[in-house]
Amino acid sequence: MKYIPTIGIECHVQLCTKTKLFSEVDNDARGKEPNSCVSPVDYALPGMLPRLNGEAIKFAIRAGRAMNCKINAYSRFDRKHYFYPDSPKGYQITQFYHPIIGEGYVELPSGTKVRIEHAHLEGDAGKLTHSDTYSLVDLNRVDTPLIEIVSMPDIHSAADARDYTKELWRLMTYAKVTFGDLYNGNMRFDVNVSLAEEGATELGTRTETKNLNSFRSVERAIEFEIKRQTKLLEKGEKIRQETRGWNDATGESTPQRSKEEAKDYRYMPEPDLPPINLSQEFIDTESAKLPLMPADYRKKFAGLIPTETIEVLLDYPVLVEKLAEVDEKYTKRIANLFSSVLLAEENASLLNDDMPSKAQLEKLADMLDKNELSSTGGKEVFIKFFDKEMHFKDTETIAKELGVVQENDAGALEAIVDAVLAKPETQKAQEDYRNGEQKVIGFLVGQVMKESHGKANPSAVQEILKNKLS
Amino acid sequence: MKTANKTVTATQLVKDALKKAEFFKDYNVFISLNEEAALKRAAEIDERIARGENVGRLAGVPFAAKDNYLVKGTKTTAASHILEPFEAPLNATIIDQLEAEGAIMIGKVNLDSFAHGSSTENSYFGPTLNAVDKTRVAGGSSGGSAVAVALDVVEFTTGSDTGGSIRQPASFNGIYGLKPTYGATSRYGVISMASSLDTDGFLAKSAEDLDLLMSICAHRDEKDLTTLPDFYETSEAKKVQKIGVVKEFDSDVVDPEIRACLKEKCEELKKSGHEIVEIDMPTLKYALAVYYIIQPAEVTSNLSRYDGIRYGFRSENSADLDSLYGNTRNEGFMKENKRRIMIGNFVLSSGFYDAYFLKAAKARTLIIEEYNKAFEKCDVLLTPVSPNPAFKLGEKVGDPIAMYIEDLMSVSINLAGIPGIAIPAGKTKSGLPIGLQILGPRRSDKTIINFAKELA
Repeated sequence: MKYIPTIGIECHVQLCTKTKLFSEVDNDARGKEPNSCVSPVDYALPGMLPRLNGEAIKFAIRAGRAMNCKINAYSRFDRKHYFYPDSPKGYQITQFYHPIIGEGYVELPSGTKVRIEHAHLEGDAGKLTHSDTYSLVDLNRVDTPLIEIVSMPDIHSAADARDYTKELWRLMTYAKVTFGDLYNGNMRFDVNVSLAEEGATELGTRTETKNLNSFRSVERAIEFEIKRQTKLLEKGEKIRQETRGWNDATGESTPQRSKEEAKDYRYMPEPDLPPINLSQEFIDTESAKLPLMPADYRKKFAGLIPTETIEVLLDYPVLVEKLAEVDEKYTKRIANLFSSVLLAEENASLLNDDMPSKAQLEKLADMLDKNELSSTGGKEVFIKFFDKEMHFKDTETIAKELGVVQENDAGALEAIVDAVLAKPETQKAQEDYRNGEQKVIGFLVGQVMKESHGKANPSAVQEILKNKLS
Repeated sequence: MKTANKTVTATQLVKDALKKAEFFKDYNVFISLNEEAALKRAAEIDERIARGENVGRLAGVPFAAKDNYLVKGTKTTAASHILEPFEAPLNATIIDQLEAEGAIMIGKVNLDSFAHGSSTENSYFGPTLNAVDKTRVAGGSSGGSAVAVALDVVEFTTGSDTGGSIRQPASFNGIYGLKPTYGATSRYGVISMASSLDTDGFLAKSAEDLDLLMSICAHRDEKDLTTLPDFYETSEAKKVQKIGVVKEFDSDVVDPEIRACLKEKCEELKKSGHEIVEIDMPTLKYALAVYYIIQPAEVTSNLSRYDGIRYGFRSENSADLDSLYGNTRNEGFMKENKRRIMIGNFVLSSGFYDAYFLKAAKARTLIIEEYNKAFEKCDVLLTPVSPNPAFKLGEKVGDPIAMYIEDLMSVSINLAGIPGIAIPAGKTKSGLPIGLQILGPRRSDKTIINFAKELA
């Protein structure tokens, strides 16, 4: 029997707004002491009321538009109740009944379309660290704005699921609504997997594997779940509707909670926050602020750079954005430097948000085009760009300082060639060449290069030599 | 209001108030006194007055805050065990507004725990006694606030009104109590009971004082997004001509002496050239039921934060997280708190939400519409506050339904979000105060306060 998997994915994206969703406290807790970014509102002191961060609304609009979603003019918050020390209020403020982001879709590089059911704004929970005898509570993350993106069950393979999560990551980072740091949980995924016999009209019983934090773990968790469910179905057993937890180290998931044990969140409209009413004008203005998306870049670079290179570079928004800035006639060369030099493993440490300027890059490409730099010299200059001290120096100065500018001036080169040809130690080679031993030209070029301290353009030198010796 | 000046100092006013608080100690009005801080503030105000500074419209006026108001550096218990050790690190907006005008908070007064009740008998610190008859209840939940004013310990107090909690104790003690339009005053820093119904207001000895307090406190507050744009000071009091009386409230449930008092008041008004209109409000009979669904739902939600983890009381010797929550909340909450938590959880639970909470929310809309229609036929409504005058201590403690019926004529006002002012209107034969309430459309606070002045 062949089983067709059906997969739906929920993705939580932490928004990189300046302040939290419901208070005016710093939302960027990176590198900060635990419980240092917590306001009385986040801490849920008695009598505290949530305020609404307007920036989060704007971010949600951008995020929604990045996924081709309808933005709902009317949305509202609800309370989702549960007791746990990561939730100081005893409820999470979310949008259960009226989400801000409506239906849309995400197109994968393969062309597959995954429909978005909706996406809503909500506050994140705190972080618990458990030890044998105690647990530590850090509320820095409480009410960091999140959008939860809920897909339709349009995915049917682990690979597509991985591509979908990766594409979501790209969309959200290009929309600049998140730092997109997966390692630190900026994006987290819950995957719903069910299996049905081929041709069946109804979906099978699904399980949900929660809190996956990499594309790879999404793929592995789904592969695991498909295998696990297939085995059970083949034995004629039933799938239990349950929540499962993934262990990346063992590569296995284990059951956490069954449907019967599922919590009743007792949703209720949030009475402390009035509904959000957005005018079409506001939605349009904010939508227009959406930066170029991966699809736009694919279109923009098509024909200029090979598709594989585009897909590699798309994982690095800073590179793609920089590449889009430079003149099209240089795009290929710079894309090449990015993909072959910057993304080479030995240069991994170079890549950060401090990119070379458009002028530096264009001049570099120009010098390469004009043979003023050899490809080796060009690489040296390019790598030097990422040196902090080089940020404000122009390309030529850097190249000169490195001593890699090639001599192209015909008169100057001719003088050096003449000097070399006058040397006694080159006489034999000149004779051999005239006698038809063409490969000795290499020796002569080498001598000229030596005489020019490596600055002569070797191909120009060869031309001059050939003329002189003919 | 008696403000401080160069001859009558703030220090003297505060000392007098503290002396009276001590003198009336057996009424159990105060949960805590703010003696040291109040005297320090009074001295500062006196210095400023001596320097010729304008200290504000409440210069040196002592007041007391219901103990669900956060006042920086004071214990803020909500008359509960679970918040017994809690000290507020900041001020409620209303406290800031009053202090900015020179008022001095001398102590925190008693209430039903978390404002759940109509008699102040649900306080962890014991009941407050009625100012007129010590064998009777103060009313509630702002019982301490009412008695503090009625005994003249302070000239005004803050209160909170979710279903009558300012108006009913005001009427039980023969003083004025204002429940403003929902959103007229800020709820920031006042411990939430039921957020969509909670309205913070004042108890005082005259409508003039309430007028002054409103012009100080009725402002938009960015910390409370449910507050309205400023309207109080810019609004004009409407000349009240047509007075509506609600037909449904003229029933046997209401004490005959209270019904007679209302009739008498209407006759007086007719004589002075007003028109009395009888208004049918059939939907109001559902108000109490609707209120006792929506209110506990919001209560259960708002009380979720009291879990013993971050502040307040924590039950010791709990084996695990669940028992820590269970024991803390079981020991920390009063019986009435727990009753409302259970009702609230029931009406919100999946499978019951539509039948209870959602239906109640729809009925609430009908009640709002019914009030809108009523105010097309009259300028204000004049109704009893409660079905009876102050009852005996212990009389209704064992009968929660009888206690809920106390709220019969007060809760629909909160459901509709309209303003209401309780005014002293007479006395029973046995000498107990009778209160009536004047109700107006949303944002008509100035009109009803002005009309209360007329009736005084």
